[in-house]
Amino acid sequence: MTKVALLPYADFLGIRIVEADGDAPLLAMPWSEGLGGAPERIHGGALAGLLEIAAIAAIDATLDDPAQARERFKPISVTVDYMRPGLMVETYARGEVVRIGTRIANVAVEAWQDDPERPIATARMNVAIGAPGA
Amino acid sequence: MDQAVASSLPSDIAQLVASRSGHTVALGIRYAAHGADWAELTLDYDRRLISDLSTGILASGPIVSLMDTVCGTAVWLKRGEFLQHATLDLRIDYLRPAQPGHRVTGRGECYRLTRRIAFTRGMAHDGDPHDPIAHVTATFMLSAEGFGAAS
Repeated sequence: MTKVALLPYADFLGIRIVEADGDAPLLAMPWSEGLGGAPERIHGGALAGLLEIAAIAAIDATLDDPAQARERFKPISVTVDYMRPGLMVETYARGEVVRIGTRIANVAVEAWQDDPERPIATARMNVAIGAPGA
Repeated sequence: MDQAVASSLPSDIAQLVASRSGHTVALGIRYAAHGADWAELTLDYDRRLISDLSTGILASGPIVSLMDTVCGTAVWLKRGEFLQHATLDLRIDYLRPAQPGHRVTGRGECYRLTRRIAFTRGMAHDGDPHDPIAHVTATFMLSAEGFGAAS
């Protein structure tokens, strides 16, 4: 069983963990009406939410006790690039921890639909993970 | 389809925001105010949108959605037409967590419009505009297409 648990907002978006064996969990977000933005497209904010949740899950996967650490997590900044339209199908996302120190984790994330080689959106996120001064 | 009818910007922007469906409705995003190139929308506190059960702090994702919507609405106002666009990139700085239980207000302006791209910036606060919780910049790719009568 995976030690990674997603945040409550992930349930709101309908996100689930489909694979937790690798370095970082693979997440999936099935299409639902509550994700819609422009006609027949996923809202950019919902995609950003998926990318952020995948980034945090990737950090969780590197920690011994993510449940303890989670309440200290604070997102600092996120930069999202939208490459292709998000269609009304399932979207996948996986984060890659680029650098993790005692205070900050930097994560690169990609989201795709039919083809992992053709991302629909990517993000870079900085998260404060330690108590100040830790 | 009557393109002219489909693309005219409704005079009642509150009605425009309320008429949207999908993600903004699911989150409970509502109209607050607007001007010629800016819009202000709100997001009520909701336990389903939090990042952690013990702290009850709002997740960052709903704030991104609010700010993307706010900035996109500002683009419609600046263009003066209800035409399609797509977010090209968005950068958000989370200055501090929103206080649990507080409504979040997002305000965005479209400060530059070219033929293809709209440049926007905005901020979010949870009660005091002088003590913001987030700053955002976002760019949008513009389309000449309207939305059609159905939407």
